[in-house]
Amino acid sequence: MLLMQDMTKSFLGIRVLHSVSLDLAPGEVHAVVGENGAGKSTLMKLLSGEHSPDSGRIEIDGTPRVFGHPAQAQAAGVGIIHQELALLPDRTVAENVFLGREPTRRGLVDRAAMARRTAELLAELNASEIAPDTPVRELSVALQQTVEVAKALAADVRILIMDEPTAALAEHEVTALFDLVRRLTARGLGILYVSHRMREIFELSQRITVLKDGRRVTCVRTADTDVDQIVRAMVGRELSAYYPPRADPGALGEPVLTVAGGGNDRLSDIDLTVRAGEVLGVAGLQGSGRSALARAIFGADPFTRGTMTVAGRAVRPRRPREAIRAGIALVGEDRKAEGLTLRQSVRDNTLLVTRAVGVGERGAGEETVTRLLDRVRLTSRSTGREVRFLSGGNQQKVVIAKWLAARPRVLLFDEPTRGVDVGAKAAIHTLVRELAAEGLAVLLISSELPELIGMSDRVLVLSDGRPAGELPAGPSEEEIMRGATATGADRAGAA
Amino acid sequence: MTTTTATPVQGPVRLGTRLTQTLGTALPVYVLLALLLGALAVTDAGFYEPDRFLAFVRRAAPLVLLAAGQYLVIVSGHFDLSVGAIVTTGVVAAAEIYHGFPGAHWLVVTLALVAAGALVGLVNGLITTGLGVPSFITTLGMMLILEGGVFYWTGGSPTGYLPDDFRALGRQDAFGWLPWAVLVCAVVGAAVWWLTRSRWGRTLIATGDSERAAELSGVATARVRTLAFVLSGAAAALAAVLVGGFSGVSAQAGSGMEFEAITAVVLGGVLLGGGRGSVLGAMAGAFALTALFTLLNLRGVSGSLEPTVQGLIVIAAVAVGAANWSRWRRRSPSRNDQPPPPGTHATTPPAGPPPATETAPPTTAPPTTAPPTAAPSKENPSTGGPTA
Repeated sequence: MLLMQDMTKSFLGIRVLHSVSLDLAPGEVHAVVGENGAGKSTLMKLLSGEHSPDSGRIEIDGTPRVFGHPAQAQAAGVGIIHQELALLPDRTVAENVFLGREPTRRGLVDRAAMARRTAELLAELNASEIAPDTPVRELSVALQQTVEVAKALAADVRILIMDEPTAALAEHEVTALFDLVRRLTARGLGILYVSHRMREIFELSQRITVLKDGRRVTCVRTADTDVDQIVRAMVGRELSAYYPPRADPGALGEPVLTVAGGGNDRLSDIDLTVRAGEVLGVAGLQGSGRSALARAIFGADPFTRGTMTVAGRAVRPRRPREAIRAGIALVGEDRKAEGLTLRQSVRDNTLLVTRAVGVGERGAGEETVTRLLDRVRLTSRSTGREVRFLSGGNQQKVVIAKWLAARPRVLLFDEPTRGVDVGAKAAIHTLVRELAAEGLAVLLISSELPELIGMSDRVLVLSDGRPAGELPAGPSEEEIMRGATATGADRAGAA
Repeated sequence: MTTTTATPVQGPVRLGTRLTQTLGTALPVYVLLALLLGALAVTDAGFYEPDRFLAFVRRAAPLVLLAAGQYLVIVSGHFDLSVGAIVTTGVVAAAEIYHGFPGAHWLVVTLALVAAGALVGLVNGLITTGLGVPSFITTLGMMLILEGGVFYWTGGSPTGYLPDDFRALGRQDAFGWLPWAVLVCAVVGAAVWWLTRSRWGRTLIATGDSERAAELSGVATARVRTLAFVLSGAAAALAAVLVGGFSGVSAQAGSGMEFEAITAVVLGGVLLGGGRGSVLGAMAGAFALTALFTLLNLRGVSGSLEPTVQGLIVIAAVAVGAANWSRWRRRSPSRNDQPPPPGTHATTPPAGPPPATETAPPTTAPPTTAPPTAAPSKENPSTGGPTA
């Protein structure tokens, strides 16, 4: 029913998809896997009309289609359920399901018909417990997802893209989702299932397409493969060799960063210690306060309660400038908007912090810049080049170099490898470990659990802005997710 | 992972790269200036006699100073509309000072004016950065306040005169041949150029590029920007000394100069909104604008059309700067209404000179024009139909 052929897409001159092909049959679940940045989301967005391909073609039921807008894709029967749900929180379930397609009677919205048909759709999805007149805000994430599916069915969607549908779900909700997926395929829908959770993929899918660095590595029948093979195809190497060795617990130094009783409007009861040489991982779902924690320590959205010390000295940064003076650096989540001045050169970006704050490196000469860029293994030729022309990985290395120039004691990394290629990713991992070994205290936030597990000496799990447990080196994904979803599951149970 | 290092490119390549970077978005204005100067030579054979040419430069000098100051404000992401009013106020204030203190030393008066101009800039800067009033409004208000103040003070016809020693900067020559005004321009230009290479200048431009990124890199953005307003005010006051020397006391001495200065800066390839452009380009823009007016004058075009010409230039320059050239160069195949045939390659870039906004060094241009090679993926062929 669906054929995507030789899809190619570049952003700002960087090719993120290289001639990727994909097909889907009615009633099939086709899993699309790959690491972050492998091109899964981009490929799906080409199909859902959010991006236009540079080249390649899409056929639905044998008819070539060109989507310039999501509405066109939807009219052709393609629906997408995003990781971040796209419902209007203050409208009712029925209003969301029929958003933009409200049934009318004499020019007015026929609310009764809307409620009736919503109830029918929800019954088909075995979710009669959702009342059509409930405001969406009051539903758990899992139930909101069901509403999204109902919305897709109401729009006569025949090809449904599910992007990491279980990322925000508790264990028992996942089971319900699987049941939902099976009902959909029984109705003849084709489902493109994007995930990196092997267990789900092997349980649900008939075929698996593996993407890596924007290319299709393989497309196999699920029955003919196993988890190891898929993981190898994804990362291109054995998992065990993927992360640099952790710190020797005996070699850790004094505490460099401590927070006691830290809190603000997003966080509460934050207690943490990071020693010299240690990488403290921070896990949590989207909105759990991971980034808020980094921003609080960095003084961007400061703590309003509690105390903090850096290398034994009490500090209370109210602005990034003060945090930088205290020896704290933040490699932020949004590299382009917050980490770099994109129209300036690599050199100017590298020197920005030292020039602005007057800490760290004294020299502003070419040798200083070159030394810093060597340190982060930047593979770019000219320091005069504007950073916006660099690849994501090289941009991230410039951000790190900028902070190394300030000679910090504490390095906060928020999603340091998001949107970078696998090579740069490995380099950043190695670098993080090297910097820790030099005596820095590192706090690493990542939504990519393998990375968090592979890199961290300890993992702090956050949920709803509070610590939900601390795990020793090498926890399992399940352990982390249990902590991270603890309150989410409670909420779902109450709903 | 490789351990390739960022080896700095050496020798002529690096020089060429740096030259391109230095000229950058200002390249078109240098070409324009050269064309205008050529046209002037054709129109008026005597234009390049030393006296007349230096007189031309002297006439351009106040605008060049204003452009240098305005550059600092614009590159940080703001506007300074108050500079014309500062020029008027400066000229009138100088006359009033000499009215009250006929024997005042010219240097004291000049320094007092520059300090007062800096103070006006400080107020502009503090209100803009501290209270969050958009600079367009702050400096527009300041312009009206100063203009009204001058009118009230003088009743519309300023009294007093400016003594010769004070007017020397605007109309006398150093060493018997070099106009002081040219020297002042050169010194201020060099100073501002040096400032843009300084720590403060680099953080100023970074702030104009992305205030959020600058703030999170520890830049004291409010302080850095306020200093730009201070310097713009001081440059305007210095321009007032030249204007007063050149054309004497008038209540319209600086009228309209703020827009001339902004036009000059924009013409010089400086991005409105900040973050990109060079002060040399801005100053060249001021020369080009003066050359254009001179040329139109020589061609017999009415001087009253000058604002019209200026309006056209400023819109055209911003439009050229704002056009998304990269999109034009890269995106053609994905036009929504024209599905590309399978395997379409990236289009060739449009003919013509490189657009101002994208003048990247050639060695570092992104691989936009390379035809995408078919991905030689090591894929297994799809194992047939689905099993469902």
